[in-house]
Amino acid sequence: MNIYIYIIRRLAYLIPVLLGVCLIIFLLFNVVAGDPTAVLLGKHPTAKQMAELRHELGIDKPMVYQYLDIVKSAFTFDFGRSWATKQQISSMLKRGALPSLTVSVPAFVLATILAISISLLVAYFRGKFIDKAVVFVCVMLMSISSLVYILFGQWALAYHLGVFEIAGYDEGFPNFIPYVLLPILIWVVISVGPDVRFYRTVMLDEIYQDYVRTARAKGVGEKMILFKHVLKNAMIPIVTFVIIRIPFLILGALLIESFFSIPGLGGITLKAINNNDFPVIKAMTVLSAVAYMVFSVVTDVVYTVVDPRVRLK
Amino acid sequence: MDNVAVLDGELIIDEGPKSKSLWRHAFDTLLKDKVAVISFIVVSIYALLAILTATGMLAADWAKEVGSSYSPPSAEHIFGTDIFGRSVLAKALVGTKIAMSIGIVTATISVVIGVFLGAIAGYFGGKTDEVIVWFYTTFSSVPDIMLLIAITLILGKGLFAVYLALGLTSWVTVCRLVRGEVIRHKDREYVQAASAIGGSHFRRLFIHILPNIGHIMIINFTLLFQTAIKSEVILAYLGLSVQDAPSWGKMIDDSKLELARGVWWQLVAATLFMFGIVLAFNLVGDAVRDALDPKLKGK
Repeated sequence: MNIYIYIIRRLAYLIPVLLGVCLIIFLLFNVVAGDPTAVLLGKHPTAKQMAELRHELGIDKPMVYQYLDIVKSAFTFDFGRSWATKQQISSMLKRGALPSLTVSVPAFVLATILAISISLLVAYFRGKFIDKAVVFVCVMLMSISSLVYILFGQWALAYHLGVFEIAGYDEGFPNFIPYVLLPILIWVVISVGPDVRFYRTVMLDEIYQDYVRTARAKGVGEKMILFKHVLKNAMIPIVTFVIIRIPFLILGALLIESFFSIPGLGGITLKAINNNDFPVIKAMTVLSAVAYMVFSVVTDVVYTVVDPRVRLK
Repeated sequence: MDNVAVLDGELIIDEGPKSKSLWRHAFDTLLKDKVAVISFIVVSIYALLAILTATGMLAADWAKEVGSSYSPPSAEHIFGTDIFGRSVLAKALVGTKIAMSIGIVTATISVVIGVFLGAIAGYFGGKTDEVIVWFYTTFSSVPDIMLLIAITLILGKGLFAVYLALGLTSWVTVCRLVRGEVIRHKDREYVQAASAIGGSHFRRLFIHILPNIGHIMIINFTLLFQTAIKSEVILAYLGLSVQDAPSWGKMIDDSKLELARGVWWQLVAATLFMFGIVLAFNLVGDAVRDALDPKLKGK
């Protein structure tokens, strides 16, 4: 099958999924969550005030139209206004994207390079003491809550030792750097455990393949095998693993951003959760679902392009 | 079936020493694995602590004031006291009970949903499969954290909401794996044999195929168990966890205000307790996977 037809088919399949996502959001926030006007208007709202607010929020419309509004927002990215700040949500999201990326991109790149290097090293010493020790340390790192890393890192390195800024953010290129260093460090520590374990499995899956045995039989050195043969083939799962995580980079890290007062999308989401700001929560849900869906198609397409063994169905 | 022979209409089963079943083999492998045995003991200790706490034999009076506010660890209270002068150790024990129950209930919910939907989708294929695949693709496209929040908003806060929220958000992986395995198994000879002797769909699927993919359920159960305990911390931070009892997540969350005042023991106690069980479950999960996954045999 032609790759273009494959892409079109995959994209077409996104439509029922998107409709489903909108249905879940609609059911959760428009049907089950109940009437928000009582909360928004404070203690003693009159029936007239409530009716006016319902009209303003668009929740006096028939259910079908409310559902279609959500579907429409997935295409236009027009999510209306926040209940808490009355700002246009789309402009809030635009402003939040950059601060999120200044933390997530360097953190993700660093964590990935570090994890792949460690996993190559571990694959080289597979079954030996270093391998077992590294895996054990990874499991230990994974057994601590991410909240603990954030709390302890902020307290020990920023508050107590004063090596980093405690919290805050500054716009503009060199200005933001001191504020993102500690969040990046914490992100790397949190993700290195699971990442190394994943990449190690990927490397070991390849290392027992027949082509590696052939290469070894031909007298190729172990280092050459690792870098030229294993790494090259392992790149296929690695690339797909990396691509599928890209949407989460845009969304930023909920906890890290809120603890370090970084005005990114993660912080915005968390604030919306605390304020029961439904339109913002809905917008973030739609946005992340769309990003996730698009990137999962990209992953599959890349997968079929880089790996000739994969047949299109 | 080379250990079964039919001679003169009489069934003779030769239980030779060499042919072990997958489970027997796995059990023997696990017993030889020291790390696995120790981890299993640790899990049992936690389970025992949880049961003793649940029955009121341990930490029944955790809410009682036993010392002054924020007294540091001492011989009397090894993890010190909290802001209200309550023993942090007793709170951590109550947290153990809560964490174990969250782990068991959540992992059970997700394994049951995942196995049921995955098995049906894989076995029947066609339209059923398409609908279930659409359903889990949709579900997995919505970020977990949003679903968690929405579910707790609807159900209100509390332990029940935590169970359901965590259980309903983590079944997709199991479903996907089970579906794939069932598709691989459903045309095998043993299923055809079951069908030939008149086994119903239900019988073929649940009596014949599922036991053969039991390792997936066990491995994922251990994984889901410890992930649920870690996720509870995030819920606690969002103020959505248990309300009237101390969970580890709530203790960790409380300590965000305490650290600046030099009060570290609540954070350390909750982290240590959590570390023990999550580490043990991780190691048990790894060992079980190594022992049960036929693909890893001999590596």
